[in-house]
Amino acid sequence: MKPLLQLSDIRKSFGAVRALKGVSFDLQPGEVHALLGENGAGKSTLIKVITGAHSPDEGTLVVGEETLRSLTPSKARELGIACIYQQPALFPDLTVAENIGLRLKKTGAFARVNHAARRKQAEELLKRIGADLSPDAEVRSLSMPEQQLVEIACALGSGAKVVIMDEPTASLTQKEQHLLFAVVRDLRKSGVGVVYISHRLEEIFALADRVTVLRDGESVGTNRVDDLDEAAMIKLMVGREVAQLYPPAEGEAGDVVLSLKNLCCAAGGVKGVDLEVRAGEIVGMAGLVGAGRTELARVLFGITPADSGEIRLNGKPLTLSSPREAISHGIAYVPEDRRRHGVILEMPIAHNITMAVHPVLFPGTWLRFKAETELAKDFIRDLGIKAYGPDAPGGSLSGGNQQKVSVSRWLATKPKLLILDEPTQGVDVGAKSEIHKIIRGLAKDGLAVLMISSDLPEVLGMSDRIAVMRGGTVTAVLPGGSDAHEVMAAALGHGGKEVA
Amino acid sequence: MNGKYSREISVAAALGLLLVALALFAPNFYELQPLLSRTTSQMPALVAAIGITLVIITRQIDISIGAQFSLCGVVAGLVAAAGMPLGVAVLAAVGAGAFLGAFNGLLVAWLGLPSIVVTLATMVTWNELLRLWQQGRFMNLPAGFQWFGLSQAAGQGVVIGVAVALLLAAAWSMKNLAAGRRVYATGTDAEAARLAGIDPKWTTFGVFVLMGALAGIAATLNLVQSPQVQPNAGDGLELKVIAAAVVGGVAINGGRGNLWGVLLGLLLLANVNPALTHFKMEPYWERAIQGLVILLAVIADGMKRTKKAA
Repeated sequence: MKPLLQLSDIRKSFGAVRALKGVSFDLQPGEVHALLGENGAGKSTLIKVITGAHSPDEGTLVVGEETLRSLTPSKARELGIACIYQQPALFPDLTVAENIGLRLKKTGAFARVNHAARRKQAEELLKRIGADLSPDAEVRSLSMPEQQLVEIACALGSGAKVVIMDEPTASLTQKEQHLLFAVVRDLRKSGVGVVYISHRLEEIFALADRVTVLRDGESVGTNRVDDLDEAAMIKLMVGREVAQLYPPAEGEAGDVVLSLKNLCCAAGGVKGVDLEVRAGEIVGMAGLVGAGRTELARVLFGITPADSGEIRLNGKPLTLSSPREAISHGIAYVPEDRRRHGVILEMPIAHNITMAVHPVLFPGTWLRFKAETELAKDFIRDLGIKAYGPDAPGGSLSGGNQQKVSVSRWLATKPKLLILDEPTQGVDVGAKSEIHKIIRGLAKDGLAVLMISSDLPEVLGMSDRIAVMRGGTVTAVLPGGSDAHEVMAAALGHGGKEVA
Repeated sequence: MNGKYSREISVAAALGLLLVALALFAPNFYELQPLLSRTTSQMPALVAAIGITLVIITRQIDISIGAQFSLCGVVAGLVAAAGMPLGVAVLAAVGAGAFLGAFNGLLVAWLGLPSIVVTLATMVTWNELLRLWQQGRFMNLPAGFQWFGLSQAAGQGVVIGVAVALLLAAAWSMKNLAAGRRVYATGTDAEAARLAGIDPKWTTFGVFVLMGALAGIAATLNLVQSPQVQPNAGDGLELKVIAAAVVGGVAINGGRGNLWGVLLGLLLLANVNPALTHFKMEPYWERAIQGLVILLAVIADGMKRTKKAA
């Protein structure tokens, strides 16, 4: 069969940085081709070459019948290439139908809009992908996965033959993932080629036909997924064996650090949470998106204060009404979205790390840059942050290293309780296992760790105990080493029939 | 042009070019007395520019700065005319400014209103109240007020000294105090700052209060240079200082910029007019040329951003 897309020997440099050093890639009709690689391996650059955002320095692209040196975004669209990004790019104030209509049809400024036809078209497309959405809903009111479905509907409606999906499941619940997978399989059946990017290996095994691994801007091989196992795939990605994905638990849990009794927060949708976290223990927090896990963390960090119930830290009852108060009591929170709120990208690493400890590091007086730099250097060394120095801006680091900076900021406060929200989201496999090692090391040193994660293998592999949340409350606390089935069953609130 | 100080360097180069041209073709620009007078007359704007720089770095704007300046001047003038000592008049001006700043800060920080709307409203309100109250009268000041009761040269020295001391103190604080770091953090990402235990509301409020107080000091430094209070002394000041900040490389969307760039920006814009006089050009060109300089600065920012994005 003639490939939908064939890239040969694509090279692209940005200044001195050679992002792509001769990558070849092809996509057959009716296949899901996974693109795998650590952050910085060149995946996003390659995607941008395919969507026309970047022109390659060398190499050729064959799209269908046409051979090209480079594409432009509009040319790519014309040739049937569509990309669904992690963060959907929709107009929040317009309805679903208006968004789809705008994307699919270029009209003159004074052409009359046929609202009925638009609505009908949207309805059909949504139905085709099995999305239970009203075409009249404002996009603002939709959840992230629902917005992704709208994006997919747009891609489908534009008659795309090549659909690129960039980490589409990053913020989806298990159930939504299954829905998405069904849509992808449908696309495949209808002859569309899907380029699928994800850090989650299990998704690639579940979905992809072939996988191309990128490393340092080069393709290190294209294989049939059936021919590889997890270890082989990781080895291809990192170029070395990742000895153990999850570091083993060590030591005994100590005294109760955090204890919650019937904690409620109506504004945050937290409804009567009972939970204990002990020193030296990692409590993994599983549940679907929307189960109230992040909301609970926000209550514990004083962002949305609790209405009723009890929070005790080391036995002492607390009221937490601002992050500053929480910090002063020894609570640290590494938020979910590090790119937005975890690390200030414009600021040097050193400034980022000392941000929450100004009063301690510089009591009452001016900043001492030497102390700041020393502290930053300590963390750069201890956590293995890859950066050219404490002055490097946060934005110059890869995702995994940004996350380490975010964690450093909170370790600098010498907390008693560390709350991590999706600590390895969007982080490549190598950095992920480093972060896991860091978390385990912290617990070993006596820190109480509460780790929220939607990455089920991570929860299972890392936790000493697993708390499962559903509908704003903790529905089950399971021992570490429980199997995925039990956890998912508790998260879904029934016998776990939906677990694939 | 890359690197951290590229903007400061380009503005300094433009300023240097202008000064060299003046030295070659209009050497009487450098006669001591007029030079000193011109410099002194820019000092109130410099002090106000310190305030606006902090406000812009916090990702806010204060266009009521000119109205605050006028109002503080009138308050100080009334206190002085009532026979109070100089120190009391200065305190009254600073206090009035801080109060006006607190009013803006309250609305912006705690009610979350956009600062451009709040300060547009307060600008018009203060100006109109002032007009109603003073009916445009020029009030005479007591004799001991001008130049702080010193000789003109000594008075000019004090004005320049105060402004430069404030600039140094502010620049040092922005770099070396936790509060300065908080201002940058709040301006870059207020939510991230909040999660790091910084209170963006208090930071924003504090910056507006400081802005008002600096407007009060600026008004006093302006007042001592003339025998009269002009109730419209601050007209157009907001444009001048915001322009100086933008030309000096302060990012209008917050988080970036420093006071040295603003100083250079102010000096560049302030020297357009004297340069025109010395080159015997129509003074009507002043606004046009200032506008052109601002446009160039904004275009440079835009090109830098586009290049980064590509």
